[in-house]
Amino acid sequence: MPPFERVVELHGPALLRYCAAQVGTERAEDCLQETLLAALRSYRRVRDVGAIRSWLFSIAANKAVDLHRSHARAPHPVEDLAPLGATGEPAYRDDALWSKVRDLPEKQRQAVTLRYLADLSHSEIADVMETSQEAARRSVFEGLKRLRKEVTL
Amino acid sequence: MSNPRDSDLGPLERSLRNLEGPDAGAWERVRRQLSERAGAEGLVDVSFERHDSPLGSILLGATDAGLVRVGLPAEDEDAVLCELAERVSPRVLAGSRDSVTRARRQLDEYFEGARRSFDVPLDWQLTRGFRREVLRATALIPYGRTASYREVATDAGSPGAFRAAGTALATNPLPIVVPCHRVLRSGGGLGDYRGGSQAKVQLLGLEGAA
Repeated sequence: MPPFERVVELHGPALLRYCAAQVGTERAEDCLQETLLAALRSYRRVRDVGAIRSWLFSIAANKAVDLHRSHARAPHPVEDLAPLGATGEPAYRDDALWSKVRDLPEKQRQAVTLRYLADLSHSEIADVMETSQEAARRSVFEGLKRLRKEVTL
Repeated sequence: MSNPRDSDLGPLERSLRNLEGPDAGAWERVRRQLSERAGAEGLVDVSFERHDSPLGSILLGATDAGLVRVGLPAEDEDAVLCELAERVSPRVLAGSRDSVTRARRQLDEYFEGARRSFDVPLDWQLTRGFRREVLRATALIPYGRTASYREVATDAGSPGAFRAAGTALATNPLPIVVPCHRVLRSGGGLGDYRGGSQAKVQLLGLEGAA
C-alpha cells in the first residue's frame, strides 16, 4: 500500500471539488474531512491499490448523503436549508457554470462531477454510484445535455 | 478505460474540467485539521515533518516509540515515505509528534554548534541484527571524533565484518542522530554516505573533525 500521505496529496484536491459540488462550498471542507478520516480508519483493510480512487469517492459520496441528512434533521434557519441550491454561497470565479452543476439532479450531478471535476473513468464512476457502466455513461450524457441547454459558453 | 484528453473534449467539457471550486486555503485547512484529528484518534502510525537545515530539507519520521527515520536531502522523499509505508505501516501522514518536535529543535542547536549529542527517543525497528549493533556502536562515537569501519565492526562484536559494517552504515535509517558520518575508511578516506559525500564533509567540518 502506498503511504496514506500520498493518497491524500494525490486525490484530496479532486475530492474537495467533488464534495463542494455535492454539498456546497460551506460544508465541502467538513465532507472531505470526514471522508479522509473514514478512509484512514479502514486504510489497512484495502487490498486493491488500483481501486483506491473509486473507493475514496464512494466514501465521499456516502459522507455527502450523511451531511444532507443531518443537515435536514438539524433545526437550521430556513435560508440555510436549501441543500442543493447554490444560493447565498461564496462565489467561485466560474460561478455561473458552478451553480448550474450544483442544480443538476443528483445522479447527473454525481456522474458529471466524477467524470470531469474528478477525472474518473466510466467504470470507476459505476463503482462509486453502484450502478452499471452503461447507466453511469448515460447519467454523464444526460447531465451534459442538460447543462448544454442552460449554459452559454 | 482511458480518460478524456482535452483535445477530445467540447467547450462545455473543457470548462467543467477547469472549474476551480474551493480555494487553496480550504485545502490547507482540511490538511491541518486532518493531521490533528487523525493524530488525536490514534490513526497515524508514522508522522513526519520536513525540517530546513544547512544541508537542505530533512525529513523526520516518528512512531509512538520515537524517531524512526531521518531522510537526508539527497534521498528521494517519495522513496523514504514508501519505505516507511512498507516496513512500518501505510498509515503515514504529515503532522507533528513530540519526538519530531524535539528532534527539530535539537537539529537546529546542532547545526548552530550548540549541541554535541541528541537526546530523542529512537525507534530502531528499521534495522536489526548485526546492522543494529553496528549502529548502536556508531552512536557512541563522540562529537568531533571519527572511527574506522573496522573499529565499529569490532565494537559491534565482529572485527572481521567491516564490509557488513559498511552496509549497516550505508543503510542507517537515522543519519546525523546516529552519527554514521563519523565513520571513515582506515586510511582516512571519506567512505560512502547516504546523504552524499558533500553532506558528510559538511557535517565533519561542522564538528571540527575534517
